Amino acid sequence: MSERIVKLIIDGKEIFAKPTDTILKAAIDNGIQIPTLCYLEGLTPHGGCRLCVVEVKGNPKLMTSCTTPVSNNMEIITNSPKLIKYRKQIIELLLAERIHTCSVCIANGSCELQELASKFGVDHTNVSRNWERFELDMSHERFVLDHNRCILCTRCIRVCDEIEGVHTLDIKRRGKDSMIIVDLDEPWSASYSCTSCGKCSAVCPVGAIYVKGKPLSETKRKELPKFITERRRR
Amino acid sequence: MTTSATSLDKRLILVDKTIAVHGNRRDALLEILHTAHNVYGFLDKKILLHISEKLRIPPSQVYGVATFYNYFKLKKPGSHSVTFCLGTACYVKGVEEILSALEKEFNVKRGETSSDGKLSLFVTRCVGACAMAPNVIVDDEMIGKATKEVVLERIRKILESERVEA
Repeated sequence: MSERIVKLIIDGKEIFAKPTDTILKAAIDNGIQIPTLCYLEGLTPHGGCRLCVVEVKGNPKLMTSCTTPVSNNMEIITNSPKLIKYRKQIIELLLAERIHTCSVCIANGSCELQELASKFGVDHTNVSRNWERFELDMSHERFVLDHNRCILCTRCIRVCDEIEGVHTLDIKRRGKDSMIIVDLDEPWSASYSCTSCGKCSAVCPVGAIYVKGKPLSETKRKELPKFITERRRR
Repeated sequence: MTTSATSLDKRLILVDKTIAVHGNRRDALLEILHTAHNVYGFLDKKILLHISEKLRIPPSQVYGVATFYNYFKLKKPGSHSVTFCLGTACYVKGVEEILSALEKEFNVKRGETSSDGKLSLFVTRCVGACAMAPNVIVDDEMIGKATKEVVLERIRKILESERVEA
């Protein structure tokens, strides 16, 4: 028993995976698409956006496929009317929480939230929008931090901690008051630990962190964490 | 961003002692924040940086933990504090009215301290005494079934007595 193999069924298809794999990884490896947002290959899964939820037979709860490990004889459904309903609702809530006005956003056309919304046909929100306005942090010579567009996926935090290794970014407070901070909630230009590497702007799924004077489509490098971790000494 | 806080600060020695008791373990962060909060009365950036360095935790993470809990205060609180329960029962029983009355009377917003440093207004979620709603806590003393008049009177009295002493 050098390496056990787990057999499971995803959407009626019998597949094999390593016991250390997550449902999402097993699905991707077998060409099954599950929508994701906070997940990014190369970074530790966060399980925060809940878009990758799947139904697991025998479990009344929906499970986030990015954090749930596979187990033997698991039966998984990745697409059902119930799941679509929940995913649509999540997108609606994300759009309603901060100011997501695509037409005037730097990420327009290369935004993962926008892409998901159009894929799921979310063209309006049924919940009233929360128009709270936050000040932009434009103090850094190259980057802008726009809390109004942030969806708190924590990709920037994880890439800063795990890939760059400085952990300049984190989240302060909680619930609806959560916000990305730089060091001890300082203006970005005052940050001592930031190396200005720009990885945060490369992985931001929306237009919350971007390079000054450049459209997001030019600076976005979604594959970067995967590229780096695959070539890193373990 | 170095953290050589005054080495003769006795309060800092207490914090360092707690850190040592926990063997500089980063998972003891909450314990250490508690000690620091108890001895200083609030957590300022200097002490957060000191803890960050001692425990080898990035400053942003220490700050994130400290702001996650409502218990920790990051600004120096006033010499007197009034805490309003905004739990469901107190809210329904009209705590909001008392709160806005105080904000107006003493010209201080919720979560902040008056400019003379005398009075701080805090809000909290359920204090666990819903039967006595609305609940207002004035300097560690709880006033159940509070009314605007009672709370205003109590605070005026406290501030007045202090003025006389001074």
